[in-house]
Amino acid sequence: MISRRNFLKGAGLAGGTLALVGCGGGGGAATTDDGGSESTGGELISVGIINNDPNESGYRTANDKDMKETFTEENGFAAEFAYSMKNEEQIASAQQFIQNGVKYLLVSAADTAGWDTPLQDAKDAGTQTILFDRVVDADESLYVAAVVSDMDAEGQTAVDWLTDQGLDEYNIIHIQGVMGSAAQVGRTGALDEAVAANGWNLVVQQTADWNAETAQQITQSVIDSGQSFNVIYAENDDMAKGAVAALDAAGITHGKDGDVIIMGFDHNTWALEEVMAGRWNYDGQCNPYQASTILDIINTLESGGEVAEKTVIMEEGYADCDTITQEYIDENGI
Amino acid sequence: MTIEKNQDDSFFRKLLHSQMIIPIAALLALVVFNLIADPSFFAISMGQDSAGNPVLSGQLISILNNGSELAILAIGMTLVTAATGGQDISVGATIAVAGSAMLAVLCGGNMRPEAITTPFIVAFIVGVLVAMLCGAFNGVMVAVFKVQPMVATLILYTAGRSIAAWINNNALPIIPTDSGFGIFGGFIPGIPIPTPVFIAAACIVVIFLVLKFTSLGLYVQSVGINERAARLNGLNPTFIKWLTFVILGVCVAVAALIKVSRISTINYQTIAADIEMDAILAVALGGNALSGGKFNMGSSILGAYVIQFLTTTLYKFNVASAALPAYKAVVVILLVVLSAPIVRNKLSALWKKFRSPKQTEVEVAK
Repeated sequence: MISRRNFLKGAGLAGGTLALVGCGGGGGAATTDDGGSESTGGELISVGIINNDPNESGYRTANDKDMKETFTEENGFAAEFAYSMKNEEQIASAQQFIQNGVKYLLVSAADTAGWDTPLQDAKDAGTQTILFDRVVDADESLYVAAVVSDMDAEGQTAVDWLTDQGLDEYNIIHIQGVMGSAAQVGRTGALDEAVAANGWNLVVQQTADWNAETAQQITQSVIDSGQSFNVIYAENDDMAKGAVAALDAAGITHGKDGDVIIMGFDHNTWALEEVMAGRWNYDGQCNPYQASTILDIINTLESGGEVAEKTVIMEEGYADCDTITQEYIDENGI
Repeated sequence: MTIEKNQDDSFFRKLLHSQMIIPIAALLALVVFNLIADPSFFAISMGQDSAGNPVLSGQLISILNNGSELAILAIGMTLVTAATGGQDISVGATIAVAGSAMLAVLCGGNMRPEAITTPFIVAFIVGVLVAMLCGAFNGVMVAVFKVQPMVATLILYTAGRSIAAWINNNALPIIPTDSGFGIFGGFIPGIPIPTPVFIAAACIVVIFLVLKFTSLGLYVQSVGINERAARLNGLNPTFIKWLTFVILGVCVAVAALIKVSRISTINYQTIAADIEMDAILAVALGGNALSGGKFNMGSSILGAYVIQFLTTTLYKFNVASAALPAYKAVVVILLVVLSAPIVRNKLSALWKKFRSPKQTEVEVAK
């Protein structure tokens, strides 16, 4: 059922692009929700949720699933969803939602720029906006709350952990995500600072665009050129996996008792299992479960209360190969 | 040297006029650059992988290894370009679709299987069929409905990755490492040369045999040069155009096998990202007119390896992440402009002008 819906959405997206219509897929969802509100006959809270494409990554899939499971009719919501990885399509969907008169607009923006106007429109129409996952470049007064991951803190946690390892020397292969993305900026920033402050050596610092094979090629290139290294700091799990594939092909040991420390991010279940098996050393969390926090905020607002903090930062931990447990994986894996 | 040069004058002139000169010149430039900058670039050494099998390693091996998918795609892209005068921009997305289908068959519905449920060959055949179907769809759009190829393939370019995710219910299947699936993108135990090199070599041999012993090449070129004339001569341009897309589909499936095998899993959004652009670039670098007609297969394939050589060189010299695309763009612009037929004609005209005064001098002296 879910899968078919996604497929249709994919096809719908294609058709929309061809016809140059930024439909955003909101229309289809709206019709089903109308039927739903009739049957319960009352006080459903209308919510318009704008997210990135759930296929983007395991993180996004978990995030979308969490949203879908939280904002259900049983919980008193009439939710409409719109997906796009393009900012302008997201803004078009937002305007559609505002026209439909949704009470709350939840936005995970594809890009930080360009949201002033739609958020102002929302405010004028009496729609309250809650940002999740990422903040946008707009005045704080335009939204009631932002529930976000602190990417700088994720990077800092990882770098602190790396410092604590007390290696004799740090020769780091740093594999970056798509340049300019929030995750890349945060995770790179902390490492760059530590490299400058502690005199660590960056053997290579290169972007692999979140792509495992590219990470594999970059690592292979370092191995081929005969440079020595003892840390791989990959900004997501896929890229760490690619780098490890290159190490395996060259017979270089890694992980708990190996020569090279492997660090990844995002807490994919398979990645945590790699940490558990001692093939990786560290995996930083990027918490996709924002829905319950948003739910709390909406409940507060509905009961007439005030939101205490404008920006809520998700609690995020990390997995270490020495301390990780199966329970931790079950609880936090995405 | 000079004597030899005189003797081989006709050979050199032939080479200068051949399409191959552009990718060969680009390759030589990269080789010379690397030789001067750091000769160790060309070192090849024998090592062992973590399972204790012998493996050859070195930048050259990596180039041959990582360039395999692109070389295979360049084969199909050259045919599509020649026949239709357009390009298929959906190959990256259809790699995701074919790869996803292969993994779905291998895993049999279970995302984290203990062992694979189906033999590799079955999964591969399913992948080939799926990719051929995608190719056939593109082919029908282009050949039957006469949609401009780039627009026709835009459909799968946009929807392909969603379809790929849908095949596996949005989950990411992971093939267990002990299943041996990794050999297609890695090494066959005991053989020190990466398997993708063999797969690419096999594809190249097959296409050259096909071009030599069948009239495919001739038919494709005649359709590309003049569709009406081809029809009047008894060819079926619709079928031939469609066929080139189906052949590209087979190439896509082979490339997908290598790609998913390299990491034993798939990421629908990033697998083979932007590879369609590199494949089209390989065709352009090979000096083939992107508007269709005559083509040189060897030249395209060489173009693919030149692109990989460039990528590896940029990694080797640790070019700053943000600047990487810019470096690549500059080199690519130079190469493509030089390989454009119009520029080559101008250049050879200039060459003639440069040589003709000498002849007139001689004549005057007489």
